[in-house]
Amino acid sequence: MGTILFLVLAVLTIAAALGVILHPNPVKSALFLIVTLFLLAVVFVLLEAHMIAALQIIVYAGAIMVLFLFVIMLLNLQIDDPDRGRRQVVLRGLAWLGGIILAVELALLVRGGPAGNPAAAPAGYGGALAVAQSLYTDFLLPFELTSILLLVAVVGAVVLAQKQRRPTIS
Amino acid sequence: MIVPTEWVLMLSAVLFAIGVVGVLVRRNIIVIFMAIELMLNAVNLTFVALARSRGAVDGQVVVFFVMTVAAAEAAVGLAIIIASFRNRTTVNADELALLRG
Amino acid sequence: MGLIEVGIAGVKALAVLLMVLNLSAILLWVERKGSALIQDRIGANRANILGIMPFNLGFINTLIADPLKLLTKEDVVPKGADKFLHFLAPFMAVFPVLVTFAAVPFGDQLVIGDTVINLQVADLDIGILYVLAMSSLAVYGVVLGGWASNSRWSLLGGIRGSAQMISYEIAMGLALIGVIMTFGTLDLQAIARAQGHHFFGVIPAWGIIYQPLGFLIFLIAGIAESKRVPFDLPEGESELISGYFTEYSGMKQAAFMLSDFAESVVVAGLATTLFFGAWQVPFLFRDGFHFPGGAIVALPHLLIVVMQILSFTIKVFVLCLFQILVRWTLPRYRYDQVMDLGWKYLLPLALANMLVTGVAIVLLG
Repeated sequence: MGTILFLVLAVLTIAAALGVILHPNPVKSALFLIVTLFLLAVVFVLLEAHMIAALQIIVYAGAIMVLFLFVIMLLNLQIDDPDRGRRQVVLRGLAWLGGIILAVELALLVRGGPAGNPAAAPAGYGGALAVAQSLYTDFLLPFELTSILLLVAVVGAVVLAQKQRRPTIS
Repeated sequence: MIVPTEWVLMLSAVLFAIGVVGVLVRRNIIVIFMAIELMLNAVNLTFVALARSRGAVDGQVVVFFVMTVAAAEAAVGLAIIIASFRNRTTVNADELALLRG
Repeated sequence: MGLIEVGIAGVKALAVLLMVLNLSAILLWVERKGSALIQDRIGANRANILGIMPFNLGFINTLIADPLKLLTKEDVVPKGADKFLHFLAPFMAVFPVLVTFAAVPFGDQLVIGDTVINLQVADLDIGILYVLAMSSLAVYGVVLGGWASNSRWSLLGGIRGSAQMISYEIAMGLALIGVIMTFGTLDLQAIARAQGHHFFGVIPAWGIIYQPLGFLIFLIAGIAESKRVPFDLPEGESELISGYFTEYSGMKQAAFMLSDFAESVVVAGLATTLFFGAWQVPFLFRDGFHFPGGAIVALPHLLIVVMQILSFTIKVFVLCLFQILVRWTLPRYRYDQVMDLGWKYLLPLALANMLVTGVAIVLLG
């Protein structure tokens, strides 16, 4: 039952990811990415990572993608026209070929990893308590550093996106 | 519900490859950004799947950090794009490639 | 998953959905008539059936004539608007709001023979996180609605609305942290059950006694999230016509209106669950009333369940009434006042609340 559900989700996720990179309209690409993130959150729930799934929707699909949509609308981006020149078409074809080879290589690579079904997870696995206990004891230093990183990012984003002030003559 | 770890890892490999192709093929810089986010999510999926197969939550904590860093990176990156758009009014990565201007 | 369990889950989901939709429709009538009373006028009373007296109290107007009118109106998509996005935006506005109710418990448990049915559609161990996740998805309806209308007033309303919503999401989340620290769990049914005991045998241990400031911040942030007055700049009825849903007609407009009322029901439902004891009736336990004097009145199980569901509905309704009263009493905030309130006042207050709650928990055990 779990494998059938996962197969359906996998097909939908790959379709949505292809929609992100194939659709010419940037707004539709962003919508496809939101669908991909949502489907990935469902896969996380299937892997019993409940807290991470909720965080994925809150942070990624609920905040970062809103930021992307804001910027796309602010810049009023129109539909992309890919270059039709001969060189560009050949390069794009090569990129696709390289991507397919990469996908096949990686897929073959992960076959050597842990095989079969994982054992039953310990009780409370993936809940907020388990993640928090690990986060605040083993990973305390990265946690504090991440908070400083976020502060730096907020200050940087505000400064970069500010309107240029004309220097006043004093 | 039990999901075989191999299949999840293969899904994340395919997603990562799709992200790479997106970065190489598209010229709109915001779509390139979105393909980078796709790659980051593929890596998140790998971490969660392997954490599940080991039965430890360490992988999920790493995913937590990856999400946070991705958020910070998206915010700063988009701010840079907005700032550069003011001068050049283009989001085509080929035309943005020259630092001169 | 046996067929019976699937059936029970389906019935619960349907019951909750119907309750939310009906409550929204009733609230629409209460709002029109209530606002008329507050403003010393009569309100909507024109539609009636055959002119018979009890039918023209405005009831018919709001519950039957209004939806019928909205259903049968022509669906206009403005020229140059993105058809798919125009179609998607009302759906994105309604869906997260209705889905949030899956985690809210509306009763304790119903025991039929051997089966114990937990009166909550989905018993999630991360209930509060799920609710926050769904509220953060509600921004898309506003953003896409404003953008897809290809009109500058809609875009303005959409941008204002989404900026306001993401600002107050933070205050809402932080206010809830105090509640999570007090009850030590994210599960909404566990929080509801933990509010069952009484202080000194008399005062019910509802969340508002533990977290009065948290309740206030949550309520203000919730009213701002649902974009009701005094925070209705995105709709700005006197400035932007209808703001981000100006260009929607017919069923799409009905969907946006529904999302407005359903979101206020969701805010009321959450506030009830976390701060007012959800379905708890004071002195009512699983077998009957235990009054402080020592008197015990045993009651049949079905009556207790009905009383609990009724108490939940009444509490939600009272909170919705409060929101309607606030709407028709306060003037609208200016945009910079809205942003100031969210970032400069509510956010530090919520953080201070978290700090004080933490200290109190350590000191009082």
